[in-house]
Amino acid sequence: MKNKSLVSINDFTRDEHVRILELANIFEKHPTQRILEDFVVATLFFEPSTRTRLSFESAATRLGAQVIGFSDASSSSVQKGESLRDTILTVSNYCDIIVMRHPKEGSARFASEVAKVPVINAGDGANQHPTQTLLDMYSIRKTQGTLDKLNIAFVGDLKYGRTVHSLVMALCNFNTTFHLISPLELKLPSAVKIHIKEKNLTYHQYTDLQEVIPKVDILYMTRIQKERFSDPLDYEKVKSAYVLRNSMLDVSKPNLKILHPLPRVNEITTDVDDNPKAYYFTQALNGVFIRQALLAAILGVVD
Amino acid sequence: MEKEELRKELKVSAIENGTVIDHIPSRSVFQVIKILNLSEYQNQLLIATNLDSNKMGKKGIIKVSNKFFKSDDINKIALVAPSATLIIIKNFQVTEKRNVEIPDYVEKIVKCFNPNCITNNEDILSKFTVIDKKELKLRCHYCEKITAKDNISFRE
Repeated sequence: MKNKSLVSINDFTRDEHVRILELANIFEKHPTQRILEDFVVATLFFEPSTRTRLSFESAATRLGAQVIGFSDASSSSVQKGESLRDTILTVSNYCDIIVMRHPKEGSARFASEVAKVPVINAGDGANQHPTQTLLDMYSIRKTQGTLDKLNIAFVGDLKYGRTVHSLVMALCNFNTTFHLISPLELKLPSAVKIHIKEKNLTYHQYTDLQEVIPKVDILYMTRIQKERFSDPLDYEKVKSAYVLRNSMLDVSKPNLKILHPLPRVNEITTDVDDNPKAYYFTQALNGVFIRQALLAAILGVVD
Repeated sequence: MEKEELRKELKVSAIENGTVIDHIPSRSVFQVIKILNLSEYQNQLLIATNLDSNKMGKKGIIKVSNKFFKSDDINKIALVAPSATLIIIKNFQVTEKRNVEIPDYVEKIVKCFNPNCITNNEDILSKFTVIDKKELKLRCHYCEKITAKDNISFRE
C-alpha cells in the first residue's frame, strides 16, 4: 500500500482492507509509537469537519508525525481564488501525504492525480468517505470476531447515505447477507445493488424495522433528513417508523451491536445508549486506530 | 434508384477523398460538428440537414474532404448519432462503410450532470467510463455519479 492513494473504498483490495484492520488492531493495543517522526502530514479541510480532522491529527500526532494544514477554506489561498490544482501542487511540496476533505464530489480523485504525494480522501461531498467505511468494518469485526457471513441491517436513508453505499460495497467481499430497511422513497440505489448481485449475495428489503431486529448481527442506523422529501407530509409519516427504542431490542440476538456513523439526531432514543449493544460511541474512537494504520501503511513504515 | 442517387448527389456534391458521415438524425447534425470540432476545419466541408430519408424520415449528412478520422474520435459521435454510417471515400470510390460504435471511454466532450462534481467547478477535463452501451450510461471518473442518456449534455 506504500504510496497508494485512498480515494474510493474500492481503490484497496479485499486483502488490503483486511491488512488495514489488522494494523488498526495493533495500534489499538499500542496507540503511541513514534514511527512517523520523519514525516509531515498535511490535513487540507476545504470544509470544516471537526471529528474527522481531529481524529486524523490525533492519529498522526500519536505516531510522532508533524501536522500542517488548514481547517476551513477561508483560512487558505482558496479564498484568493486559487485553483484546487495549484493548491495541491504547492502543498505536495511541503508534505509526505495529504489528507483532504472537500465539498465537491470527485475533488479527491483529481487531487490524487495532481499531487506528487499520496492522498487520503476524508470525504468529497456526497461521494466517498473510505476511512469511515474502514472504521465501520473494524467495528463490525471487533464486535463479531469476524467479517464473514454476517447478517447486517442498514436502516434509514439508504438512498443518499454515502457511508451506507461504501460499506455495502466493501462488505460484498465478505459474504454478507444484507437487510435493507428504508421508506420506499429512500431505497438503496440500483447502482449499489449491482455490486451485491455481481457477487451472488442475498439482500432483503423491508419497510418495517421491528421484524428485522431478531435476524441480524449488526444494526447500522442512519439519519433520515427532512430535506430529502418533496412533500413534508411524507417525512412526517416515515420519521417515527425508523426510530430505534430500547424496548425493541428485547428480541435481538445476544451478539447484536448497533452502529451509527454519527451525528445522531433522534433515530436512536437515548435510553439505548446504556444498553451494552449500543456501540456507536466506541465506533467513533476506532477511527483513530484505522487512521493510524492507513498513515503508517501508505507512508511505508509498516508492510 | 439511380435517379434518386443522382438527385442526392446534386444536393450534396461528391468528394474526392475523405469521410462521409451519413444517417445523422437531423437534430444532431450541429452537435456532431461540435464534437468533431469541424467548425475549425480548413478544408472543404459539406453539410446538409433535413434531407428526405427512406430509413429515418429526415436525416443529415456531413462530407469532410481529406479527413480520415481515428476510430476513437469518430466513435464519440455515437453518443448523439448512434444511427450514423461512416463512408470512406478514396478517389471518388467508396472504400469502406461501417457503423459508429459507442466507445468504452469518453473524454472532454460530455458534461457531468452532477452540478456538484469537481469537473463542473474547476477547469478540469471530464472523463467517463461507459458502463452500459445499450441504455447509454456514463460513470464519471471523478464524482462516480452516473450520467444517463436523458441527462447527457455537451461541454462548450
